[in-house]
Amino acid sequence: MNQKRKIRVLVAKPGLDGHDRGSRIIARAYRDAGFEVVYSGLHQTPEEVVQAAIQEDVDMIGLSSLAGAHMYLFPRVLELLKENGADDIVVCGGGIFPEEDIPKLKEAGIKEIFVPGTPLGEVVKWVEENVKPRGS
Amino acid sequence: MGIAEKIISGEIRAVARLIRDIDDNIPEAREVLKDLYPYTGKAYVVGITGAPGVGKSTLVDQMVAHLRKAKKTVGVLAVDPTSPFSGGAILGDRIRMQRHSMDEGVFIRSMATRGYFGGLTQSTRSAIDVMDAMGKDYIIVETVGVGQDEIDIVRSAHTTIITLVPGMGDDIQALKAGILEVGDIFVINKADREGADRTVSDIRLMIEMDEKRYKNGWKPPILTAQAVFDKGIKEILDEIEKHGKYLTSSPERKSMFQHEKARNDLVEMIKDRIVSDVLADIIHSGEFERALQLIVERKIDPYTACDNIVLKKLKSGYK
Repeated sequence: MNQKRKIRVLVAKPGLDGHDRGSRIIARAYRDAGFEVVYSGLHQTPEEVVQAAIQEDVDMIGLSSLAGAHMYLFPRVLELLKENGADDIVVCGGGIFPEEDIPKLKEAGIKEIFVPGTPLGEVVKWVEENVKPRGS
Repeated sequence: MGIAEKIISGEIRAVARLIRDIDDNIPEAREVLKDLYPYTGKAYVVGITGAPGVGKSTLVDQMVAHLRKAKKTVGVLAVDPTSPFSGGAILGDRIRMQRHSMDEGVFIRSMATRGYFGGLTQSTRSAIDVMDAMGKDYIIVETVGVGQDEIDIVRSAHTTIITLVPGMGDDIQALKAGILEVGDIFVINKADREGADRTVSDIRLMIEMDEKRYKNGWKPPILTAQAVFDKGIKEILDEIEKHGKYLTSSPERKSMFQHEKARNDLVEMIKDRIVSDVLADIIHSGEFERALQLIVERKIDPYTACDNIVLKKLKSGYK
């Protein structure tokens, strides 16, 4: 039986940040691209994000942050993935970030950062090009 | 350590990956399921269904909290629909249950209906087996009660809960012939809303009218709840326990339940196997498209086309 594997993505909002319009739109765009999107809601700790990603066996985590705590939260997610032997999961981020933070986040292992104004098509295309469903 | 051993010892990553393989129809997963089967049959499976927005996920979240207080481990399988247009899905049931994600006694998994090739019923049942083998005491399966597939899933549970909200009015009539008949317990959620009493009496009337069916058996209780305020949850769990005792209250009843479940499981498995083997194979080989074209051009009728395909496949045997 040769069904193609689907890309599974977790869209998560770590930290004390109540604005999820953006992440909902991204979730919708991913769905329309044919991905299975687990949306875990607001106010997540990095630990909760990582546990959800493992239980859901996702290929990618999309982290959203608009509240300024990304320099702690994003690398912490990467650290916990590593601790749990799940650092094969690709992590990217979206939201509002000071320009000088972006290279630092990428250095920490965040694969890509998307800022306001990025067309949805580009966000989706990036996933299609950079995230492979496990086992393929 | 093999995959089966990892799952029996409760290794989360192995469990999560196997469920993914089941969902993606990877043949190797089937072999693991065979190894796991002797370790299944211990968990108590509860199915919860109802229209979108009636509060199923919140109900599940509260039930998990109560079961955890009673030191029971829980697996949750939350099924959401796949978009028929893109094939993608947004799986949002987890939002209501995220507070349990750090609890090692709880495993939550979202699944999309996938459709067509999905074999939803089959993959959900296999996922239940996996959670059973990993040692969960309770497994709660949540589905939107709209399609036959979803009804089949909750039917395979020990106890099926139908969730409604007040103010559905005549909708109940429409539902009557479908999901309402499979309910072992009815829960009217959001019971602080106007019309809750009316909904309770509508359901009661429906059950009373079916007197013959319930006379010598389990008569479904109708409960009210306000899941978001944790009201009425304990009563639901009490009724689940009662229903569980009822299922095993006599050897005949127990064997009947097991027989019925085995029958449903096997029918689904065979259906799924034929769909995935025959249909997928002819799509892959192009035979499907060719037959389709002939039908569209009206050079062949669909009955003959179907006969040709299925008979040929049956003769050639299965892989």
